[in-house]
Amino acid sequence: MSWQDTLIQVLIILGASLALLVALLIFIAFILLADRKIWAAVQMRRGPNVVGPFGLLQSFADLLKFVLKEPIIPAGANKGIFILAPLVSCVLALSAWAAIPLASGWVIADLNIGILYIFAISSLGVYGIIMAGWASNSKYPFLAALRSAAQMVSYEVSIGFVIITVLMCAGSQNLSAIVEAQNGRLGLLNWYFLPLLPMFVIFLVSALAETNRPPFDLVEAESELVAGFMVEYSSTPYLLFMLGEYVAIMTMCALGTILFLGGWLSPLPFAPFTWVPGIVWFVLKLCFMFFLFAMAKAMVPRYRYDQLMRLGWKIFLPISLVAVVVVASVLHFTGTAPQ
Amino acid sequence: MSVAAVFFYLFAGVLVASAFMVISSRNPVHSVLFLILCFVNAAGLFILIGVEFLALILVVVYVGAVAVLFLFVVMMLDVDFVELRQGFLQYLPVGALVGVVFLVELILVVSTWATAPAVAQFPKAAAVGGAAISNTKALGLVLYTDYVYFFEASGMVLLVAMIGAIVLTLRHKVNVKRQNVSAQVARTPETAMEVVKVRPGQGI
Amino acid sequence: MSSLPPLGAVLPEVTLAVSAIVLLLVGAIRGEAAANLVNGLAIAVLAAAGILVLVAPHTAVSAFGGSLVIDDFSRFMKALAILGALVSLILSVHWLNRERQSKFEYPVLILIATLGMCMLVSAGDLIALYLGLELMSLSLYVVAAYNRDSVRSTEAGLKYFVLGALSSGMLLYGASLIYGFTDSVNFGAIAAAATTPTIGLVFGIVFLFAGLCFKVSAVPFHMWTPDVYEGAPTPVTTFFATAPKVAAMAVFLRVATEAFPHITHSWQQIIAFVSIASMVLGAFAAIGQRNIKRLLAYSSIGHMGFALVGLAAATPQGIRGVLIYMAIYVAMTLGSFACVLAMRRNGNAVENVDELAGLARTNPMMALLLGGLMFSLAGIPPLAGFLAKYYVFLAAIEAGLYGLAVIGVLASVVGAYYYLRVVKIMYFDEPAEAFDPMPGELKAVLGLSGLFTIFYFVYPSPLINAAGVAARALF
Repeated sequence: MSWQDTLIQVLIILGASLALLVALLIFIAFILLADRKIWAAVQMRRGPNVVGPFGLLQSFADLLKFVLKEPIIPAGANKGIFILAPLVSCVLALSAWAAIPLASGWVIADLNIGILYIFAISSLGVYGIIMAGWASNSKYPFLAALRSAAQMVSYEVSIGFVIITVLMCAGSQNLSAIVEAQNGRLGLLNWYFLPLLPMFVIFLVSALAETNRPPFDLVEAESELVAGFMVEYSSTPYLLFMLGEYVAIMTMCALGTILFLGGWLSPLPFAPFTWVPGIVWFVLKLCFMFFLFAMAKAMVPRYRYDQLMRLGWKIFLPISLVAVVVVASVLHFTGTAPQ
Repeated sequence: MSVAAVFFYLFAGVLVASAFMVISSRNPVHSVLFLILCFVNAAGLFILIGVEFLALILVVVYVGAVAVLFLFVVMMLDVDFVELRQGFLQYLPVGALVGVVFLVELILVVSTWATAPAVAQFPKAAAVGGAAISNTKALGLVLYTDYVYFFEASGMVLLVAMIGAIVLTLRHKVNVKRQNVSAQVARTPETAMEVVKVRPGQGI
Repeated sequence: MSSLPPLGAVLPEVTLAVSAIVLLLVGAIRGEAAANLVNGLAIAVLAAAGILVLVAPHTAVSAFGGSLVIDDFSRFMKALAILGALVSLILSVHWLNRERQSKFEYPVLILIATLGMCMLVSAGDLIALYLGLELMSLSLYVVAAYNRDSVRSTEAGLKYFVLGALSSGMLLYGASLIYGFTDSVNFGAIAAAATTPTIGLVFGIVFLFAGLCFKVSAVPFHMWTPDVYEGAPTPVTTFFATAPKVAAMAVFLRVATEAFPHITHSWQQIIAFVSIASMVLGAFAAIGQRNIKRLLAYSSIGHMGFALVGLAAATPQGIRGVLIYMAIYVAMTLGSFACVLAMRRNGNAVENVDELAGLARTNPMMALLLGGLMFSLAGIPPLAGFLAKYYVFLAAIEAGLYGLAVIGVLASVVGAYYYLRVVKIMYFDEPAEAFDPMPGELKAVLGLSGLFTIFYFVYPSPLINAAGVAARALF
């Protein structure tokens, strides 16, 4: 391969990444708004409604405000790590999207172990929080760092087992192949959420805990820890944390969509539904997943920390372990295991 | 220079530099963070030689779980490395001796390739099932067949580690009110409350 | 779809592994109240595993691609190790209940350690050896620190763990060198490749043997033994002194004879040195000991030295001698520790040798049996201990190792001093207060062990024949 070809290839990847990044960030701006609107609606408020029609431009106004403020670094903080932490958390969250197929063939890196890649990247998300908590040199952030270390590691275990059950059904670690494995004549009844319903529930709850979303936002529980690991942060670094958090949430939604909701597949496998481009279905399912996340935040009271740990280790872990055995046995003895 | 070579030197360079920083930085938390950087770069090198499964398992297990707990402990312990280094000179002779012994042995091993070229001719393990299958599958094919005994035995070893940690550290505090979830769930209005009609002026 | 590997041959191991997990679950679900139930079940499981080992057909089987070798040798040593574990578990029940340390994890850990021993005894390659060794050692580290509120027990556990990890490291380093120089981890393949002692290979053997010497507590890797024996709870010490020694010695014999049969001269001198050092140190260092557990620790170091004399001979007779020695050693040690466990006064355990003063008058039966055991440990004819030494020294002389045999006899003469001192304290000192009454199971173990050692010479042939058959399996 000549160097020109290499260069062109690199440029194509860069262009695709840039396009994905821009689209994702704009999407997240509206997702953030949706989060606040849903929350408000559940509490019979109106939510943001001043900036732009229906408050649609609220997120952009927030962005401008954050960027224009002065970043403050506490005197006692460990400067390098203090600045690095939000970058780590944002960059890691974004990099997971490289392996997510938005539609058939719409993926920047079609890794044949894509699922493992996303799992690995999301397990690294904890570092942003730990580094921020430690570098702030302050009590509440530190407590938050300790909590997050325990919480995110615990729930990763059950997510891992849930992913394994899906992998056994699909027979591949490639995300596109997992979606294709859910393609069938029955449409949405072919998707894995139906046969693996308990796993889907565990995945959903664990994803909430993994991304520190309410009701598991012990890391930033305002009644105990003020704002947790973000107490000392302001302006752009704070913005990066918020961005990283929402990107991570979208990653989990996308993962749930791919693993359980058939990715870009149409729910009804006949025309005119199959004419709709896959990306549309994918985004719709993404929005549905996020709606579940937002409703959980709006409706469920926050867990106590020991309850959170109990749920993770004493309930989800045994159930998901047993599920791996059950799914494997069913696949083996009914002869439906993929080759 | 191909793109792969660029990445190789990038990963290898950062790996060596951060490994050096692990032992030379003054702050133990920095050391652990550099260690993590080390692991990530090692994973990058793994990917370059085409063992992507091992690379990502390295990230998931070591970076995602082991190093987190490591960092956790280091942050909580507040180790003062400067103080730890106080007796450094005292142990230097012994340490140097051990180092020299290991160096000599390494030279012995490496020089065997020069003095006994036959050693280098040992057949390399053939890739399982050829290059056509992914290395996850290749690993699975040997791990659960040829090496199932070692796999299970390692499982028992890890089980013992878990039992040991619990036996030696878990203490059940008395006089602590614990949550009993099944009792909470089993509660009914009949057992939990009593409806009393209170007549005015009489009390209960 | 590949079929399951042949599990019939490894039935004892499978039994131990599965029941350890089941008992763990029973304990976890039933809570602390299940301790005695789990203990009883664990004893039954060990007995069942022992029976399974004994009734297995007398054919050599290798399972899992040569990683596990089931032959007469492994059968003999497994039976011995399981016997040691079984009896020490029986001995521990009463003691642990008394000290309020009865927990269901203890029998489970003992079961897993025994599983590790079985794997170790049957190991047919270096990886299986290492895994078995680690499984056994990890469980032992935990039970050493089992009495976690006692400083001495915690210290024992920590010391054992740190030194054990070091020795495992050395063993692994040696194993990797051997693998590097022979291109194989399988003992048979190593033997085929290791026809000349190259320097790298000898380095590997030295490191491997260093790791194994640590596990059998042979000098110069013995330093953990007295502290761990003293610090660990007494039932745990009983276990340490019997089963793990048997397993480690078994793998020592197997590695030396199966993996390096063509370069015997390279490792013979290492074994001879270790053996002499252990015998001499065991004899001299025990003289000053006042604590009976430390005394028995040094005694066991010495006994390992005597047993290694047989390995140094590197002949079927020598190996047979080692097997007989280990069997008799286990019997004597179990009896002695039954006495140590019975040393309780007013509900508190005492460990000083002087506490035995005048035992002949307060408890003549116990004094008689313990005296017999001490004479036997010292190697006085015609007791079992003498015959054990006789076979290893005979093998050494047949192999031309006259120096080794002479030093061994001299060391056993020196060692006789401190064994006989115990007898003197029991019979000729002013009686101390009587001990608490001995529980039935301790009486039974002490009685059986004492009768075995005293009357072994009457009918020695079954053990000798079995050991002979077992030893031939290695050649």
